[in-house]
Amino acid sequence: MSVAATAASATAAAGPGFLSPSGVEIAFLLVGLVTFGAALVTVTTRQLVHAALWLVVTLGGLAVEYLLLTAEFIAWVQVLIYVGSVVVLLLFGLMLTKAPIGRSPDADSGNRPVASAVAVAAAAALVWVVVDAFRTTWIDLGGPAQGSTEVSGRFLFRNWVLPFEALSVLLLAALVGAIVLSRKNGAARADGNAAGGSGKEQR
Amino acid sequence: MNDVLDVALRLIAVFAVFLVLPLVVGQAEHKVMAHMQGRLGPMHAGGFHGWAQLVADGVKFAQKEDVVPADADRRIFQLAPAVALLPYLLVLVAIPIGPGRGAVGQTVDAGVFFVLAVLGVGVLGSLMAGWASANKFSLLGGLRTAAQLLAYELPMLLAVASVAMAAGTVSIPGILHAFEWWWLPWQIVGALVFFVAGLAELQRPPFDMPVADSEIIFGAYTEYTGLRFALFLLAEYVGIVVLCALTTVLFLGGWHGPYGADGLGWVWTLLKVAVLAFVVIWLRVSYPRLREDQLQRLAWTVLIPLALAQIALTGIVKVAIN
Repeated sequence: MSVAATAASATAAAGPGFLSPSGVEIAFLLVGLVTFGAALVTVTTRQLVHAALWLVVTLGGLAVEYLLLTAEFIAWVQVLIYVGSVVVLLLFGLMLTKAPIGRSPDADSGNRPVASAVAVAAAAALVWVVVDAFRTTWIDLGGPAQGSTEVSGRFLFRNWVLPFEALSVLLLAALVGAIVLSRKNGAARADGNAAGGSGKEQR
Repeated sequence: MNDVLDVALRLIAVFAVFLVLPLVVGQAEHKVMAHMQGRLGPMHAGGFHGWAQLVADGVKFAQKEDVVPADADRRIFQLAPAVALLPYLLVLVAIPIGPGRGAVGQTVDAGVFFVLAVLGVGVLGSLMAGWASANKFSLLGGLRTAAQLLAYELPMLLAVASVAMAAGTVSIPGILHAFEWWWLPWQIVGALVFFVAGLAELQRPPFDMPVADSEIIFGAYTEYTGLRFALFLLAEYVGIVVLCALTTVLFLGGWHGPYGADGLGWVWTLLKVAVLAFVVIWLRVSYPRLREDQLQRLAWTVLIPLALAQIALTGIVKVAIN
């Protein structure tokens, strides 16, 4: 509905353009730049815990971008899952391995060229897909929110139920796999370590 | 201009609540704990029953030297108290104390998710403090904090999912508008799970393993002094207010009461929050600290199954009603 409307208005030359950006668009760009910068620092900093904390900034910036795109529900879920759980898990792991304060010179695995090649390829593929999918679609900020919980839920459970369920099966498989893996390790050294049950319970 | 004024007034009101209620809870804790233990508690500061004790404490904290350990990661060490405290301020914005638009800082469409998401960020402050202090006890405290958070985040989410299912909305005022009195027995298990998991996330006794003073001094906050330490303490008490307010609005019907006077809804909300805060203090005095394995077992073998059962029950009743 709104896609057609915005396309029509764009052809009428009165629609949004690149030369007269609105406040939201400027904010979107600035937050995007900050997010991008934080992401770069995340992968280039030599201090492990700082990398995890810059990751918080990156993920938080992404959440703000979702908010600016009116996808409120996605934004909060992003913060809840990634900042609230994934980064906490990361920090937990870093603390367990006693990440030192200051630089960790031994943290470089020497895979830099391969990693950057994979990253550039992945980024190119994603950018290409997204640009190709949306092209000049503009979100009508004046109308009803198009990313509210109700709209997202309706889309997810009416149009995209099958992928959603497939994903949940995938996650379930991963969960079971994690349990199986930790069980095996526990059985192998069960004699020496009777308290082997505590590790597998961390999700 | 009117809009700007409106927003400013709301923010000032939320900030006032943020500053006043935690102090009230703190003072109540002093006095209630004292009376439960057969003492008087603070009696001198301010004259009448030591009402100004916490103000005096604040002045004392402000006068102390702000020390950063030599080996600490300076910036993260100094940033941590703010990261611990600010999320609670943000959460208060979304909690309604009465019906109508005037009684909530800002209506958030996915309010429940907003609240849980932002609350989860606050724990990063403890983790940053624990790691950046360059202190074994702090690191252990940070580790325990992270383990506890990972264990108790899930039951909390599931309990909230149950009430959101019952109401058919994830907006907090929406949940309250849909509330009926019989939700109380219907959602009581979810309410208990939420409250217990919330206590554990706040690291309040009996879930205060991360700051267990007899083992690891004060956990992640061991190295902190002066105002930064006070900010961590303030975060704990704002956390109590937020947890009690959330339990009230999600499970206890917020502004609804037996004498449903239209103008007095906020009194009901505050009353319920006060009773819950009293329970939080009471639990601190009554129960010994749970050991780390007991903590984990409680979360994974009791709270999560209970929360899942509550979700099943909610689903069944919801289908039966429709």
